[in-house]
Amino acid sequence: MTAERVFDLSTHTVRELNQALHDVAGGTPSRFKVVNAMGDHALAVGIDAAVQVEIHGHVGYYCAGMNKHAVVTVHGNAATGLAENIMSGCVRVKGNASQSAAATGRGGLVVIEGDASARCGISMKGVDIVVHGSVGHMSAFMAQKGRLVVCGDAGAALGDSIYEAELYVRGKLADLGADCEEKEMTAEHRASLGILLREAAVDLDPGEFRRFGSARRLYHFNIDHADAY
Amino acid sequence: MCGIVGLFLKNRALESKLGELFEPMLLEMTQRGPDSTGFAIYRDPVPAGTVKLVLQHAAPDFDWSHVAALLTERFKADVDYRRIHTHCLLKLAAAEGAVRQYLHEALPAVAVVSAGQHIEIYKEVGLPGEVANSFGLKAMRGSHLIGHTRMATESAVTTAGSHPFSTGSDLCLVHNGSLSNHNRLRRKLEKAGAVFHTENDSEVAAQFFDIQMRQGASLEQALRNALTELDGFYTFTIGTSDGFAVLRDPIACKPAVMAETDDWVAMASEYRAIARLPGVASARLWEPEPATVYVWEGSGAAGRQLGSGPLAKAS
Repeated sequence: MTAERVFDLSTHTVRELNQALHDVAGGTPSRFKVVNAMGDHALAVGIDAAVQVEIHGHVGYYCAGMNKHAVVTVHGNAATGLAENIMSGCVRVKGNASQSAAATGRGGLVVIEGDASARCGISMKGVDIVVHGSVGHMSAFMAQKGRLVVCGDAGAALGDSIYEAELYVRGKLADLGADCEEKEMTAEHRASLGILLREAAVDLDPGEFRRFGSARRLYHFNIDHADAY
Repeated sequence: MCGIVGLFLKNRALESKLGELFEPMLLEMTQRGPDSTGFAIYRDPVPAGTVKLVLQHAAPDFDWSHVAALLTERFKADVDYRRIHTHCLLKLAAAEGAVRQYLHEALPAVAVVSAGQHIEIYKEVGLPGEVANSFGLKAMRGSHLIGHTRMATESAVTTAGSHPFSTGSDLCLVHNGSLSNHNRLRRKLEKAGAVFHTENDSEVAAQFFDIQMRQGASLEQALRNALTELDGFYTFTIGTSDGFAVLRDPIACKPAVMAETDDWVAMASEYRAIARLPGVASARLWEPEPATVYVWEGSGAAGRQLGSGPLAKAS
């Protein structure tokens, strides 16, 4: 195993950390430890290598944005825009995440061990998101693809204006957004959710979740209503 | 964008360090608001019947002794005054309303930045570091401080357009966001007696809270009423003589984070502003919920979280 590189953000700049992460040659596994994160923005952004990054402290905006291949763990809370536009790999937050976590994410896995606030998974495009706690209002707004799994409660207007994506909620649901509806939880969904929960290290029975998705009334052009336009 | 920060001390033993604890919070928000900076400090209360004013004039070498002399003559009272950078801290035994009225008529170029028994507001165009330094923020002692770093959107970059806004009686407000119904609300408040000094939307919010409380509403009730009367984006932090409150609009686009220990309550636009406060590692740390009222009142007060998000269906 390669040696772990330590970046102390009380002496290193965010730019130095991100440059070192960008300089990792493809295919060489590396480990990075980041200490004294004091809410700094844009930590570990734009990684394109299978590195492992452990960040200690609370992180600011856009942590692990655009992540490809890397496994990034935040031992603290994350501010707005965690793992924004994640492409692949895994981003895990041990604490809570603020607004718009995993926004526009195209792939990979985002795990939030605490709660996520408003607009979690907004415009998600293929990412899997597992929240151990609850999510705030307008989560999965305009979601297009991927899965949002909420082990706790979901705030108001879940899945508003959703295109396609699978939403799972175990706890209470405040209400559904426009064109989002409850779907049947089939054996197939239970099986795939079970695999995702195991991957996210959540020990819960998939049978406890309800499934929601698009009613497909909002974005499909209906030829029978052509006269109305 | 704008950055807002607030620090309310629950442990009075820390009062001598208030400025020292608060200044780095304000400076950390420089990137969010480099246009102008301001802060309201609550300290050194004057006795009932005496008013404490902070005045400002555009000329940096303005002769404040002239103002003091005029006030002495008009109110037959001793005037205690002190220049603080471009502002003047002034105390005299007279009614706030009468002093305001006189200044407005006799010295229209002199702006009343704050008036009350506890509050002092200092604000100026410029970077947080420069402004804090010019007013000597670091050495200030007091019970609570509320600050703002402005990135201007709704009105010009001027001293008067800087935050905090105060319309009197120790209340002040800092705002991150923009109000969409401020013109209509301004006309409504003018009918109720409000006198506006700027075109700024945040001043409308400050007047709203001031009028609410003058009409007898508690801080908590005024905040609840704001949820139905104010339309737009806002994270507000509000100070009163012995209180501190935070309110976010129902959509909650504008950021806020709060932390509380046995010694203090802090709010900021971003965590990095509170990351260096003593004891933060073991503080209760949370993101204030949308459309939820958070109020602390009195020394050593336990915070109260009131209300719930209106987007959630009423239960």
